[in-house]
Amino acid sequence: MKLGRRTFLQMGAAGTAALTVTPVTAKAFGREEVPGEGERAVLVDTTVCVGCRGCEAACAEANGLPDPVADAEAYATRRPTGPNSFTVVNQVEKPSGESRYVKRQCMHCVEPACASACPVRAIDKEPTGPVAYHGDRCMGCRYCMVACPWSMPKYQYSKAIPLVRKCTFCATRQAEGKKPACVSVCPSGALNFGLRGELVEEARRRVYGNEGKYTQHIYGEQEAGGTNWMYITDIPFEELGFEVKVNDNSYPKLVKGALGVPPVVMTLWPPLLMGMYAFSHRKDKNGKKGAGEGGHHG
Amino acid sequence: MDSATTVPAQGSWVQEKIFLGMTLKEYLKSLWTPFNIVAAAILAVGLPLIVYRFYAGLGATTNLSQTQPWGLWIGFDMMTGIALAAGGFTIGATVEIFGLEDYHPIERPAILTGFLGYVIAIVGLCADLGKPWNMVGIFSNNGTQSVLFEVAWCVCCYTSVLALEFAVPFFEWLGWQRFYRPLKKILLALTVLSVMFSTMHQSALGSLFIIAPGKLHPLWYSESMFFFFFLSAVIAGISMVIVESAISHKVFASQFEGHHFDADELTLGLGKAGAVVMFAYFFLKLQGVIDNHAIEYIGRGFYGKWWLVEMLGFVLLPSVMYAWAARNRRARVVRVAGVIAVTGIILNRVNISMVAYNWTQPVRYVPSWMEIMVSLALVTVGILAFRWIVNRMPVLHELDQGSPAGH
Repeated sequence: MKLGRRTFLQMGAAGTAALTVTPVTAKAFGREEVPGEGERAVLVDTTVCVGCRGCEAACAEANGLPDPVADAEAYATRRPTGPNSFTVVNQVEKPSGESRYVKRQCMHCVEPACASACPVRAIDKEPTGPVAYHGDRCMGCRYCMVACPWSMPKYQYSKAIPLVRKCTFCATRQAEGKKPACVSVCPSGALNFGLRGELVEEARRRVYGNEGKYTQHIYGEQEAGGTNWMYITDIPFEELGFEVKVNDNSYPKLVKGALGVPPVVMTLWPPLLMGMYAFSHRKDKNGKKGAGEGGHHG
Repeated sequence: MDSATTVPAQGSWVQEKIFLGMTLKEYLKSLWTPFNIVAAAILAVGLPLIVYRFYAGLGATTNLSQTQPWGLWIGFDMMTGIALAAGGFTIGATVEIFGLEDYHPIERPAILTGFLGYVIAIVGLCADLGKPWNMVGIFSNNGTQSVLFEVAWCVCCYTSVLALEFAVPFFEWLGWQRFYRPLKKILLALTVLSVMFSTMHQSALGSLFIIAPGKLHPLWYSESMFFFFFLSAVIAGISMVIVESAISHKVFASQFEGHHFDADELTLGLGKAGAVVMFAYFFLKLQGVIDNHAIEYIGRGFYGKWWLVEMLGFVLLPSVMYAWAARNRRARVVRVAGVIAVTGIILNRVNISMVAYNWTQPVRYVPSWMEIMVSLALVTVGILAFRWIVNRMPVLHELDQGSPAGH
């Protein structure tokens, strides 16, 4: 316990140091080998998940959500997460007849697209890992939903005053030194909670050390510049329902070029336009009488 | 309906300024026209729906979903409305900065269209936002990494600039010389600001989608979208002015009496400019597709063909028509090309925000009848406001006060 608290504090310090300004600028200089290595993360080993859905129930309880649906219904289709179900477990059948289960929730990116997209900073990246949502600031523009490569932020369309809803990574529990609710109840060891740097190491050991056993990819290691929820499995990731077209680079960086436009426009346009004005009106001064000053009649 | 004849000197201020010199009874009678009845019917359905949306929520009124967070109100009202409002800065710059005085008579209507376009887009946006009152967070929370932050600031700043630009004819109408004289003097500065904010705003609307590479079809997606949006906004501005002045000349013919200018000549000039910009736009878009390694998508499947329809039918065709008509001096053809070009811009914005967005999703978004009615009502409000203002204020012509040069 004591050790846990100490690691927690160290980790907090490391996280804060690494992410002094904002998570994105800190990463832009490439100071870290593993992006977000000091952040808390979860490694999901789908080969050991038994599909008990205890994580769903614990999540619902911890977040005050309605009870999850029964097993028969839950495994009948591939369910997305929703405003009232922050996490879902889906079942996939292997050719051998064996089942694989995959728990989905917000990926808690190291450099979240949603947080960078939010114009009022209702979504913010906490230095310790969670991508947190502050409903009191949200104006409900839903740009986070557009930006997220996994469309994880969900919207309360049925409410007159709606909020965006998604997995919180149990930020408050984490702040108290506890594990996220889902991790704390997992009986199979499918959910491994720890520092991202260490979990990436562990994942690499399992995946690249047992070639026959795992699909040779760690989903979330590179996706969208790295996520704090990472997955390893023994079937293709598409079959598990993962979006394989997600870019490996940081999403906030995609708009860096476009966001460089305003400073250029604001410095260059006024002098340029005034120059054009002077140029196009230079004849007036010499030629037409009286038009010089008032060349531009409004 | 409203015929703007010279007003008898005796009438009260309201009668003179608001009822166009008619008595209240005459005025109300003059409103009874087929156009107004249709407009009133649209408003009677559409406006209460905006109120209902705030009572019942977006789920009850729209077909938006967890995978389709933006629909008609953003894709049409905002994206298209702002693009079509680009005439304000395009013509403003042409006249005030480049000094092409021939275009002076169409400057004020272009600015008015821009102003109304922005106001309507803002109303549509408010209906779409879950908690619009939290918009104030734009000014305090420093979401500077967000493209939407840039968009929001530009909307605020440029709407203010447009309001000031529009204040010139407004105060001229009221006869408050003390206000409109200084405004007229700073019109050049306002025009510089309008070009600056428009450049940023129009391009930022394109930048919004740069963060969603997996969701937008590769033929439309490009990291240079901000530039394409700006360039197509210039096309939209030029084409809207062509279409609008053609309509204005028919509908408000009486206003042009005694203020004669060669409309055909202006239209031809605009067509020439339109041809050049559209031609450049066409090839830059092609370049964007090549840069995006998406060339194999052209012509392939529904999206490949649909992209060809947009690019060939609504960019290349009007561009060639503009060029041909400007060369052969056919103002009518320029006007037809203008209508096609405006349709093309609407198509482009709708494609990017709705049709080609979520192209891999099995379930397609189709707007609900309530979404369509609200959008229709907002467009109707815009047209009615334009007509109301043009019939009263010096927009299509300036009030000359004896001085021939305009001042």
